[in-house]
Order: sequence, then structure tokens, then C-alpha cells
Amino acid sequence: MLNKYPMWKNFMVAIVIMVGSFYAIPNLFGEDYAVQVVATRGVEVTVATQSMVNDALASKNITVKRSELENGQLLVRVNDGDQQLVAKDIIAEVLGDKYTVALNLAAATPEWLESMGGSPMKLGLDLRGGVHFLMEVKMGEAVRKMTESKMADFRTDLRGERIRYAGIRDSAKGIEIKFRDAENLAKAERFLKSRGNDMIFSDVSSGENYFLIANLSENYLKQVKEEALQQNITTIRNRVNELGVAEPVVQRQGAERIIVQLPGVQDTARAKKILGATASIEFRMVDEKADAAAIASGRISANSQIYDRRQGGKVALYKEVMLSGTHIQGAQPSFDEYSRPQVSINLDSKGGSIFSNVTKDNIGNPMATLFIEYKDNGEKNPDGSVKLEKIEEVISVATIQARLGRNFVITGLDHAEAQNLALLLRAGALIAPVVIVEERTIGPSLGAENIQNGVQAMIWGMAVVLMFMLVYYRGFGLIANLALTANLVMVVGVMSMIPGAVLTLPGIAGMVLTVGMAVDGNVLIYERIREELRNGRSVQQAIHEGYGNAFSTIADANITTFMTALILFAVGTGAVKGFAVTLMIGIATSMFTSIVGTRSIVNAVWGGKRVKKLSI
Amino acid sequence: MFQILSIKGTINFLRHAVPVSILSLVLVIASLTSLATKGINWGLDFTGGTVVELEFSSRADLEALRAELTSEETQGVVIQNFGSSRDVITRLPVKEGVKSDTQVEHVMEAAIKLDPQVIQKRVEMVGPQIGKELAEQGGLAVLVALICILIYVSFRFEWRLAVGSVAALAHDVIITLGVFSLFQLDFDLTVLAGVLTVVGYSLNDTIVVFDRIRENFLKIRKGEPEEIVNKSITQTMSRTVITTGTTLVVVIALFLKGGTMIHGFATALLMGIFVGTFSSIYVASFLAIKLGINREHMMPVEIEKEGADQDALSH
Repeated sequence: MLNKYPMWKNFMVAIVIMVGSFYAIPNLFGEDYAVQVVATRGVEVTVATQSMVNDALASKNITVKRSELENGQLLVRVNDGDQQLVAKDIIAEVLGDKYTVALNLAAATPEWLESMGGSPMKLGLDLRGGVHFLMEVKMGEAVRKMTESKMADFRTDLRGERIRYAGIRDSAKGIEIKFRDAENLAKAERFLKSRGNDMIFSDVSSGENYFLIANLSENYLKQVKEEALQQNITTIRNRVNELGVAEPVVQRQGAERIIVQLPGVQDTARAKKILGATASIEFRMVDEKADAAAIASGRISANSQIYDRRQGGKVALYKEVMLSGTHIQGAQPSFDEYSRPQVSINLDSKGGSIFSNVTKDNIGNPMATLFIEYKDNGEKNPDGSVKLEKIEEVISVATIQARLGRNFVITGLDHAEAQNLALLLRAGALIAPVVIVEERTIGPSLGAENIQNGVQAMIWGMAVVLMFMLVYYRGFGLIANLALTANLVMVVGVMSMIPGAVLTLPGIAGMVLTVGMAVDGNVLIYERIREELRNGRSVQQAIHEGYGNAFSTIADANITTFMTALILFAVGTGAVKGFAVTLMIGIATSMFTSIVGTRSIVNAVWGGKRVKKLSI
Repeated sequence: MFQILSIKGTINFLRHAVPVSILSLVLVIASLTSLATKGINWGLDFTGGTVVELEFSSRADLEALRAELTSEETQGVVIQNFGSSRDVITRLPVKEGVKSDTQVEHVMEAAIKLDPQVIQKRVEMVGPQIGKELAEQGGLAVLVALICILIYVSFRFEWRLAVGSVAALAHDVIITLGVFSLFQLDFDLTVLAGVLTVVGYSLNDTIVVFDRIRENFLKIRKGEPEEIVNKSITQTMSRTVITTGTTLVVVIALFLKGGTMIHGFATALLMGIFVGTFSSIYVASFLAIKLGINREHMMPVEIEKEGADQDALSH
């Protein structure tokens, strides 16, 4: 019989719409005031922490609405904004400074719904306010560091193998190793080549000059850059945690960029300072052979370099880095017995063993702590990228008294510097400096305004479209309107379901546009039905033909729109991606509701009966 | 049955095709000329620079603000109202040797001097390098979209129709860009999204007409291609009017109510919907006819039976 859906098809439509609506429900509940607790280095948020917090709040008469422990962070919900502030202070006091306690807004989805995977749509920064940074890792610096460490390796290795060389220096062509004769060169080349293929060696000797040039191999270069990016992402993630931001995003983009999004952050200056700071320290031995006169004349060994001391004066340090900041696991500012500020440092186990060897071999010798910082001085490179100024300063020189282990202190800083250095070291050093190449800050009031505008546009647009469809197509118009509403609910449901989907202002625009365009499917079908009726078909025939003939048109038309949305998604950034996502979801759901959904109602109402006239 | 368009018989759309195509061509040439001479007023997303949006507690005095911002760092600043008389947007170009933070500080200092209650609503800073990359990517996106569509339509329909539809799309994109160039409207990322959506929307229209053309070629055995195309356009006309109408309604709602941040997007769509509807008839279909589309091109490809071209062994 014509126009009768089998039971299973009706059932499927009902199920799909119910599931879609179900996952849209969490959006109705709004948000709770909450306090978020994240552990910083060395500690963990556990059930014990949770009960400690709960007890402390209970003793101060603060009702905890719900307290959740998830992914190593604790979220305590309270009733209102006033209690939230009080609760934050109480928690911060109880837990001490090993934890970051921050204010947060948490989705107020009921527990039963949440346990079934229900959560509201995530809002983009343009809708809730916050900062977006796009950072670029200065890869040149990572490569330079690697080159330097390779040069140091060459020196020790060649010396160890008793191969005589005349000098090693960094040149435009690569690392240049000079020899006095061909024999040593050949020996060195054989030896260095036998040690893996990180480097490519080429013999560029001419006449009496024996040179070997070493370059990082293509693969190794790629690996160095990849590691620099990964290391920087980890470091930035740690620093973001130190800032105590709820739901931050730290993501790589391409080969050398990192996206950082901090919802709700208003103090951008501090955020920038902490995220982009590339301070790090290195421990190096002092070159004692270079006395004041040698330093003044600049005539020092090729293995040393002259640095300024913070306290004034200059000092020559060996180029070889004994220990770099990457091995630092913890750093706390404190005071020594004369209440001078210092930073207590503890190293990871590898750093500990390196350091203990170095200090054992050098007891009685002076070691320097070199502070390295990159500053954006406002100048730009010819290609428009930011130029960074490297500032290196010796902050302390101390004679190694005994073999040091994993824990020791750095002195010679003022109070603020000690605080800052401790924070930066704790959060890990950036292996290569980063610069902010894009920044977008949206105030929270503008975010709220954007939502309001979007929703208003949606209501107005939708109201007119619904009215029109009802007047123009009457009975069938009502069905199309049901489909349109179901479609909107489903878009919201699907947006809430997909973990990565974020609603942005252009995303709302996409939804509004979907409302306008989604009627197209039904208009095509209904116009076709009218046409068939005009051509004298029976009612049932007309419905059947209308849906049948319109199908391929709708499919073709939508697939092409989907394709452009996909391209938008691929090339777009941030907000535009949000638009593309809602558009794609809207196309998919509207095809379903306008073709299958309305058909199921049309069939139920008119199908399989004698009908004289259609309400169309 | 209540109808907006009550069409009896077939309207001879193509009778006007020549003058209308000339008009189209004139518009395209005008747009290209404007693009070549005036160029596009690239927004911050593409040029790089800094934007600060401010909300004053009362009517903002733009002249006073301009007068305050005369320092080296803020040279070349553009100050405009944005949405209301209290909302102000300042755009600062990228400057050699000047940090964007310094520029923002200067703007805030000046604004606070005029109104201590001023609110900083939005700050956006984009490096020039990023802008350049985005512009390249954006252009590439439009190109890739057109090529994908060319392939899809060739595959689903026929190459003559594919060429027609892509020409129509290029027509729409060029004219939309032309309007942005002529009025020097700000062209930012959301506008690019709008232009790409125009591509999708306009194609939607074209496909509906083409689909009907294909169907009619198969159904109506006699008749000149022109007659069939006219008939197809007529038959789909009421659908086109209604869908364009509802889409226009929501886009107008976006334009009026959606707030200033998506104004450019809505403008691009408004333009695109107009020219897109028009080009699906006069550019896409007309070009396909000029390329000699006829019934044979629409016949489903007959699949040769295996061995049909070989003599069978007869006993």
C-alpha cells in the first residue's frame, strides 16, 4: 500500500528524535557556582583532599551542593556567588599553596543525566569571554641549542679519542671543525660518522686548510623541532595549571604553533607574562684561567665566553652546559639564615645524577648560574615576525663545597626575582622561546551580549519562517514546522553530544541559517506534491511521487553545501570552524527531519486511506 | 491551494538571457575593476594589527579620543562607532618597533582620561605573518571549493552543467567581493565564511534547477533544449522564491539583530543570496545551453553487457 511506513521506520524516527532531544536537555539547566581545585607539582588531589575540603566547608556552615573528583581535579559546587567566594578562601587556607584554587562555573546538569553522558554545549570564547593566544615557537633557538650541545659533544669526544683538532666553531655552513693535517681529519670523520646519523659530515678541505663541516640531518632536524614543540606544549600546560583556569585549552597547530585558550581570564597581562616567559637557567663552570685582564681584552679560550654578572662586573664561563633547566622538577622561593631570598631546587633523577657527578669532579671550583631570558623588545624581523632579544646574565657564582645531590639552593636574587624564577622553573623551562602572534580577548559582558543577539536573531527569523510555512502550506506546513523545531533541538543535541564541538557566535549564525535553509527540503517536496496534484494525480500518488522525486534533488543540493562546509572546517580557525560544524550538523539533521521525519507524520495522517483533498 | 506564484504555462526566461547576461557581465567587470583598483578592505584577520573595542558610559566623543591618540605608537589609528554611539572601535596598524601591548595601553589611557568608566570589551591582535597566511588559505579554500564542486557536478550530472554551475558560482563570488570592494566594507574571517556559504547556497539553487532539467530532458522526448530549460526553471520557480524568501528572512534577522560582530557575515550572505538566485537561472543554465547541452548528454550511460560485442559461438 502506498504511503504506509513500516513500524520499524516510525520507531526509528521516534528513537532518533528522542535521543537528540534527550542530549539537548542539559542545556536547559544553566550553571552552578563552583570552586575548582587543581594540584600543582608534586601533590595529588585525592579522596582525602576531598573529605578535608568538605569537612572544612561544613564547619564554616557552607552547604556543598555537590563535590566531584574527576581527572585529578576537585570541583565543589555551592549555592550562590557569595558562598563561592567564601568557599574559595576557606579551601585555599585549608590546602595551602601546593594546590591551585580557582573560581569556576560548572554545568548544572543533574547527576543522572550526566551519568548517561549528557552535558550542555561548550561555549566558545566569543560567547563567554576569555583570551585566545596563538603562540609561535622560535625553532631557530631550539636548533641553535642543539648545535651548541653537538659542538660540546665533538670537543669532549674528539679529545677522548685523542684526535687532534685545531678548532670547532659555528659557521654559516654548519659546525666547522678545523684540523692541522689530513690524517686527523680522516680519523675524526671515520669516528664521528660511526656514531649514528644525526649529523651529516662533509669534507671541505682546500689546500693546506683541513675542514670538516657537520650539519644536523634532515630527519634529525625535524625530530629536534618536534621535540621542542612537544616540550613547549607540556611546559605551557603546566604554566596554565599554575594560573588556575577552568577548562583551559592547550593545543598544537601545525608544525610550530600552539593555541592556548583561557576562558574567563581577564588579567591578560599576567597570563601573557607567565605563558610566554622563557626564562631558564643553566649551570656552567667558571673559566678561572681567564683573569680580569684577559676578560677586559677579550682574549680568552675559544671554549669560554664572557658574561655580565648581575652584581656588576664580568666573568668568563665555559661553553659546556653542566646542567640545564629541563631537569628541574621543583623550585620554591625561600630565605636563608640571613633572610636573603633564595630558590630551593630539586632535580629529577637524571638531573640529580648528572649534577652529583659534575659537582664531585669539581669540588673547590666555582660554578655559575646563568639566567637566560628572551624579551620581545618590540622590534620586528623583515618578514614581520617578532624579533626576540636574548638576555643572559650570571646571577650567582659559588664555589662547590661538596658533592651536591638532587636538592640545593640558588642565591643572589632579589625577592621578586626569586618568586618569579621559582614559578617559571616549577612550570618547566621552554626549550625554545615562544612569541604571541595572535591574541583575542573578549570581555564577559560582550560574550553575554553576543549570545543574546544570536538568540534574538534566531527567535525573529524562526518566528517568521514558522508563520509563513503554516499559512502557506497549512496542514503540511504544520508538519514542516514540527520538523524544523525537531531539527533545531537535534542540532543542539548533537552539538552537546560531540565532545570537540564548540558553540561560537558564527555557530549561532549557522543555526539561524539552518532554520532558513532547512525548510528547503520540505518546500521542494510540497511544491512537487502540489505539482503532481495539479497534473491530476491521486492524493496518495502525489504524496508518493512528491517525496520520491524530491529526494535526489535534496540529496544533491545538500551534499554540495556540505562539501563547502567541510572545506570551511578544514581551513577555518576558531569561530569559523564553529560555524562550519553547526552548518554540517544542521544539514545532516535537516535532511533527516525534512525527508524521513515529515514523511512518517504524513503517512500516519493521510497514508493508506481514501483522501479527497490534502491540506497543502 | 494558496500560492504566491500562480504560473500558467511556461515563462520564457531565456528570452531575456542575452540582455541579462550582458548585465551580469557588466557587473562582473565592474566588480573586477573595483577589486583591481580599490582592492579589498582587508580586516584585521588578514592584515594583522590591533583592535580595541570600548564601551563608554555615555555618548563617546570620537574627536576627543582621536585628539588624545597622537603618539608615535598610535599613529594611523582608525576610530569608529560600532553599533551604538557609546561603542567605539579603534584599529591600530602593525608598526615596526612597537609592541601591540603598548598600543593597547595608550588607547586605554586616552579612553580613561575621557571617561573613567569606560569598559574594554574586546582586544584582538593578529601578527602580520598570520594574516598573510590566512588570506592565502582563504583564497585557496574558495578555489578548492569550486574545484570540488566542478568534479562533483560533472560526476553527478554532466560537464556542461558543471561548467555552468561553476561559472555561476564564480560570478556570485566575484560580485559579492565586488560589493565589499566598492563600498570598502571590512573583509574579515567571518565574511570569508559568508562568501563560502554563498558558494554552497548558490549551488543549492543551481542544482535544484539542473536536477529538473535532467528530469525533463528524459521525460519530454521532443522539444528544443531552450524550451526544456524554460520549463524546468518555471517549474522550480515557486520553490526558489519560497526558499530564497525564508533564507532572506533569517539573514535579515541576523543582520538586524545578530549584533555588530556578524554584520559582515550577514552582508555577504544577503548579497550572495540575491546574485545566487539570479545566477542559477541566467548564468548557469544559459551557459549550459550555449555549451550545447541536449537530450543525449542526459541519457544514463548504458552499461555494455559483457561479451555483447563479441560473436557468440553458434552451434
